[in-house]
Amino acid sequence: MASASSWSSKRLAILLWIPGAALAQFPGVLSIGKVPAVPVSRKETVELRVPVVLRGGYHVNSNTPSEDYLIPLRLTWDKGPLEVVDITYPKPTFEKYRFSARPLSVFTGNFEIATRFKAAPGSAPGPAVAVGKLRYQACNESSCLPPRTIEVRAPVQIK
Amino acid sequence: MQVLKSRCAAAILGASLTLAGCSGSKPVEATSLKPAAERKAAPDFTLKDAYGRPLKLSDYKGKVVLLDFWATWCGPCKIEIPWFMEFERKYKDQGFAVIGVAMDDEGWEVVNPFVSDLGINYRIVQGSDSVAQLFGGIEALPTTFLIDRTGRIAAMHVGLASKGDFEDGIRQLVEQ
Repeated sequence: MASASSWSSKRLAILLWIPGAALAQFPGVLSIGKVPAVPVSRKETVELRVPVVLRGGYHVNSNTPSEDYLIPLRLTWDKGPLEVVDITYPKPTFEKYRFSARPLSVFTGNFEIATRFKAAPGSAPGPAVAVGKLRYQACNESSCLPPRTIEVRAPVQIK
Repeated sequence: MQVLKSRCAAAILGASLTLAGCSGSKPVEATSLKPAAERKAAPDFTLKDAYGRPLKLSDYKGKVVLLDFWATWCGPCKIEIPWFMEFERKYKDQGFAVIGVAMDDEGWEVVNPFVSDLGINYRIVQGSDSVAQLFGGIEALPTTFLIDRTGRIAAMHVGLASKGDFEDGIRQLVEQ
């Protein structure tokens, strides 16, 4: 359990609120970078790397969170022209936050998630798009944002 | 919970204030309870607890209320909840009550075991987007309001605050 006594009261938020006052729009803190187009052979697997950009000061729980109550980052792919062979997440870092009794398994900054694909049986040659979803939940030192799911689109060329 | 996705916290008084949920890891600076004459009425709502019993905020007029928007996946919320349990015990007889508004999309299925595990001793209700909207959109959790005996908002905390600051505010309000 974190102790409040160590905190400087000057750093603490007691914010006054006016109902109906103008509100700022809050953009997401995580975005997907450009996913490079990759050729996919029918006979071989291909690796596709999804670049993830996370705003400074925030972290997302890794795919293997330290605590049961934490929501893991998870990339899933819809059924389509490609079949997923496996998904590899980056190695998490373990960071201690004010609200955690022990270091948490998180991702911060920019990172990549790799997926190995192969062409699905019967998929037609030509351009296609692999569509996936990335679910994550982000926090900073003192507060947490709700879990979000964002779409990932990866152009591929099936040979 | 959709509302949480789109809105930053409500208006902030004081030029030096920086809202943690809006600005990465920057800490917020403190200010004091809003003077009574400047407080605005807390939006009224009715939400249900785990037994389906309605809780109407305006029924708490005459009491000081700590209204906590939280979720089971929120680490900072887990730190504050035991403080609020202590405040509930300590100040209940002075006309104080804590109300927890759970913002989990999964509802009671995940909230009930959490409440049981922590032994939460105050009322928990299931939040809704519309109620979050009434309170300015509740962009980040925890978001906590201190409401005076007349039903007006005296302070709002966004993010993990300090037990001492909460308690100072509660003490001031129960004595008013």
